Amino acid sequence: MDFFDVAVQTLDSTVRLSVPLLLACLAGLYSERSGIFDIGLEGKMLAGAFASAAAASVFHSAWIGLGMGILISVALALVHGFASITHRGNQIVSGVAINFVAAGSTIILGQAWFKQGGRTPALAPGERFEAIVFPGADAVRGVPILGPIYSELLSGHSLLVYIAFLAVPFTWWVLFRTRFGLRLRAVGENPAAVDTAGISVEWLRYRAVICTGILTGIAGAYLAMVQNAGFVKDMTAGKGFIALAALIFAKWKPVNAMFACLLFGFLDAIAIRLQGSPLPVIGRVPVQFMQALPYVLTVVLLAGFIGKAIPPRAGGVPYVKER
Amino acid sequence: MSVPYAKLPAWADYGLIPLVNLAVAFIVAGLVVLLVGENPFRAAVILVEGAFGRGQGIAYTLFYATTFIFSGLSVAVAFHCGLFNIGGEGQGYIAGLGIAIVCLSLDSVLPWYLLFPIAIAAAALFGALWALIPAWLQARRGSHIVITTIMFNFIAASIMVYMLVDVIKPIGAMAPQTRNFLDGAQLPKLNWLIELFGFAKIRSAPFNISFILALVMAWLVWLLVWRTKLGYEMRTYGFSPKAARYAGISETRIILVTMMISGALSGMMALNPTMGDQHNVALDFVSGAGFVGIAVALMGRSHPVGIVLASILFGMLYQGGAELSFEMPNISRDMIVIIQGLVILFAGALEHMFRPAIQALFASLSPKSVGMAQAGKGA
Repeated sequence: MDFFDVAVQTLDSTVRLSVPLLLACLAGLYSERSGIFDIGLEGKMLAGAFASAAAASVFHSAWIGLGMGILISVALALVHGFASITHRGNQIVSGVAINFVAAGSTIILGQAWFKQGGRTPALAPGERFEAIVFPGADAVRGVPILGPIYSELLSGHSLLVYIAFLAVPFTWWVLFRTRFGLRLRAVGENPAAVDTAGISVEWLRYRAVICTGILTGIAGAYLAMVQNAGFVKDMTAGKGFIALAALIFAKWKPVNAMFACLLFGFLDAIAIRLQGSPLPVIGRVPVQFMQALPYVLTVVLLAGFIGKAIPPRAGGVPYVKER
Repeated sequence: MSVPYAKLPAWADYGLIPLVNLAVAFIVAGLVVLLVGENPFRAAVILVEGAFGRGQGIAYTLFYATTFIFSGLSVAVAFHCGLFNIGGEGQGYIAGLGIAIVCLSLDSVLPWYLLFPIAIAAAALFGALWALIPAWLQARRGSHIVITTIMFNFIAASIMVYMLVDVIKPIGAMAPQTRNFLDGAQLPKLNWLIELFGFAKIRSAPFNISFILALVMAWLVWLLVWRTKLGYEMRTYGFSPKAARYAGISETRIILVTMMISGALSGMMALNPTMGDQHNVALDFVSGAGFVGIAVALMGRSHPVGIVLASILFGMLYQGGAELSFEMPNISRDMIVIIQGLVILFAGALEHMFRPAIQALFASLSPKSVGMAQAGKGA
């Protein structure tokens, strides 16, 4: 196989692997921009994956599955909101709690309902989001360079992949070109100013948290209905935290977030492709090194060695209306 | 917020409110049991019987509790300094490397009572060093300790997989773990202690001497936090970093020292499952105990006594949960993960949810007890 084909295939799997990261990362973006830290992305994604796979297999519909995934994920997001906005609890603690509740209950409920060792039944083709083939994808396959790029890389993904990448400009537009976005960013920097302007800090933050829930729900649905054909226990496997890392890496900006997620997805794709085969110059790189790289990069970035990641100013601080 | 300044008596603050929060967590957990089609009350009975019914069960309960005491203390020490150390899992995991090095090289030479102190030191050192990097990054570079410690958990896991699979694993062995430790690195059991209380002979339970170490550490943490200058500085910094700075407390020093103590305690958590039970260092031997520490510390309100009690409760859940999964196949060990999450939610993030209601209750029952009488007079 020549180099170009390998490159296209690697990029293709990069796209597939970065989609859940991207959705979760944008999810975190809404929440953290409004001043609510969310380390519960992982848990919401997991719960969304379970709910969507379970609903899709029971109702034989991918759309009902997606809806259910979003619903459950939003419900958990609202729990996080209830704890950290209404009751001004510690946002980190609340996020940790949601991760545990999701990790435990998906296994317990999955086992009790489907009796397949924590899995949900394998989804039939009609119960998943199928690949969308662009017009003429097969016809141009033979064309050198552009052919494979069009038919392999751009075409042939599921609807959720395109939604994920369209969510990037959409999020940018919402955050930087709408009134809601302006207020959302303001409430994450200086909630008192927003409050003085007569806008409800709590309601704004609740809306941000709901956006987070919707996106993590889609991310979970993607994992369970597109990348896999059903729910497997603990299937998020730390993706929520990589997404969090990507969010910091992207300095809380939507377009950067896409590139950060593509980078981390690329590392993942490379790690899978290499699987112990030696690299030129460096020699054999342990798989674990590649797996740890996103976390190492994030730590290095956070430490301010490559630029400086400055979080929203009011992040993690509950807003007290008056003393 | 009808009674904003009402102050509750201490027993309500430290006893009643945590109990109410805990009760709510268990009620919600009971609903989950109901949802999977089992009887929550019967489940509770089986759980408690499994944990305390026989000597064997008690030994296992205390064995699990041992690990949780260490991880709970680790989280609590950091809490007192206003730091949230989520990295206990990784610090404990890396400490397994220190234990492996000490035990594999010395277990044929030294008896356990000489090896144990060295292993404690190694575990504490490795844990402390793994916590030192995030601490330094927080203190000097301003990176958020929660995020860095989470990242360090993943990095630790990668390192340990690499070490166990590619480096430490004996040649020719399949399982990614060290060779079995010889007698010198096997901690003596404490099961006779339970038999003293008139229980039948305990056949095999890994309850071991590190329980004593855990209790000693609990006492030392109490001493440190409430009876030393360092502890006072830690609490000052935790209460108000600004005040600490004004008082001339070095921010860097206090963060580094606190996190190293916290990491050392997390590291010691690795002694119990490796030298006390499995007699090797295996893949994923920590299995979430570092995270249980968060729940334990929140439940025990960061006080050593509370932590020991909360650890025994979680030990009970682990042991009783194992018994429960035999009786009720729908309820596996993972039920504990849910309970853990709910405890963290209600005792941690939502700890103030019931406070206004309880304050209102106290105010209406006896206004004097919440200091309302004077306020009334003044007004």
